[in-house]
Amino acid sequence: MIRHLLSAADLSLEDATLVLDTAEEMSRLTEGRSVKKLPALRGRTVVNLFFEDSTRTRTSFEIAAKRLSADVINFSAKGSSLSKGESLKDTALTLEAMGADGVVVRHAASGAPYRLASSGWISANVLNAGDGTHEHPTQALLDAFTLRKRLGELAGRHIVIVGDVLHSRVARSNVLLLATLGARVTLVAPPTLLPTGVDQWPCAVSYTLDDVLPSADAVMMLRVQRERMNDAFFPSAREYSRRYGLDLRRFSLLPAEALVLHPGPMNRGMEITADVADDERSVIVEQVSNGVHVRMAVLYLMLAGAASDGARDERRSERDQVNGAVSDGARGERDQAAGASDAATNEGAE
Amino acid sequence: MSRDLHSSRAVLDDDDVARALTRIAHEVVERNKGATDLVLLGIHKRGVPLARRLAERIAAVEGVDVPVGALDVTMYRDDLRMRPARALEPTDIPPGGVDDKIVVLVDDVLFSGRTIRAALTALDDIGRPRAVRLVALVDRGHRQLPIRADHVGKNIPTSMAESVKVLLSEVDGHDAVLIGRRGEASEVVS
Repeated sequence: MIRHLLSAADLSLEDATLVLDTAEEMSRLTEGRSVKKLPALRGRTVVNLFFEDSTRTRTSFEIAAKRLSADVINFSAKGSSLSKGESLKDTALTLEAMGADGVVVRHAASGAPYRLASSGWISANVLNAGDGTHEHPTQALLDAFTLRKRLGELAGRHIVIVGDVLHSRVARSNVLLLATLGARVTLVAPPTLLPTGVDQWPCAVSYTLDDVLPSADAVMMLRVQRERMNDAFFPSAREYSRRYGLDLRRFSLLPAEALVLHPGPMNRGMEITADVADDERSVIVEQVSNGVHVRMAVLYLMLAGAASDGARDERRSERDQVNGAVSDGARGERDQAAGASDAATNEGAE
Repeated sequence: MSRDLHSSRAVLDDDDVARALTRIAHEVVERNKGATDLVLLGIHKRGVPLARRLAERIAAVEGVDVPVGALDVTMYRDDLRMRPARALEPTDIPPGGVDDKIVVLVDDVLFSGRTIRAALTALDDIGRPRAVRLVALVDRGHRQLPIRADHVGKNIPTSMAESVKVLLSEVDGHDAVLIGRRGEASEVVS
């Protein structure tokens, strides 16, 4: 498994399938049992580093890490030194000094997670939770998980992504992941809301929503990001809604089993009408609960095992040699303590 | 397959495995004075088909369908951090749960006892059985924890340099128990 999850393109077909299968098992393991916790990340510290507002993603990562028994620390821009103008580097060094094992980062600047992962400032595994207009890989994984659960294998399926592709990290990650999984993707947007170079992406592009709906297995509606809409990408909200919004008429053009997805938060009446959003073929609420299971899978695969751990300790000791610190020893003691408590549990059971 | 024959020898063939399982099924029922409240939980990987076979035999003897489930102990293992993260196998607890039941854990090879320790911890998170018993098709010794099996198919004294591999038709195409040198038979079960 990969060390950092920065882009959906980091995942091979094998890795992506492993994540989705593991997520499946995570959902079975936490449903309907008395103790909704698994011990896999006991003693690990996961830091949620959110330079940008987010309710759903941060909460989802927090629940996921806690269900795996990790210690979770939330840093958000408001109410921390991040709002006092501390640099990414200084924040990273602080987290490193506190012994973070995994850092979940959201940042308004595209590439911030990559910088964290490649700079050598921290030895933790970095998970991208959305960077600027670049990528949001765990959202793509949870979308793929939701689709796979409802549709079965995704190879050969036709997924249509509609809306503000230009500003959407969700669209980019989805295109990359769905292509890896063998699905056919069509992006639908007004020309002004498509990024340059989109012809290089592994997908088709259309400007007319009605043309592609009849062959779609699922439609993913993207949020119209009003906060990024200063440059008049379309004449009016009403015109956008008429040409690219999913209303009941367009909904009826879809095949009978086709699904509707939305990464949230929705602008009801803008890109999607309320009656479509609340239809039983809309899986928007399901996406949220699947998000927890997919993030549990990613955290488990990246943080629980030895490969990541070994790399972490190696790099940490390299740095410690430079700094003359002794955090390795402290870590070893902690692991021993964990082993001792295992033995204690066992005696109790006997 | 031919290399297997050179490097490892079979200590039990399919008939031996079948007889051992039939005897264990009778022992389990005898010890429990019937099949009431029994839940069979197979430990991945080969404990799961073994548990199903035991349930079939108990059904044949007692005429009762005993609930069968599967337990994956990967996340509860004490060596979780020593190896790369492993894929999870499905854990499947029968609808009646394990609370106040007699849970019979079923595994193919009992060796260090660490897998069973992990299974007991996993069971803690699922419920509170009235009692837990252990069935192992093979006990090869070398316990590292104070754990013993209640019902054993065959005790096979081994050296640490040897590996014991159980083959089952559901997974491997045929039934056998092989002893080889360690490192040769893949997936040495600990």
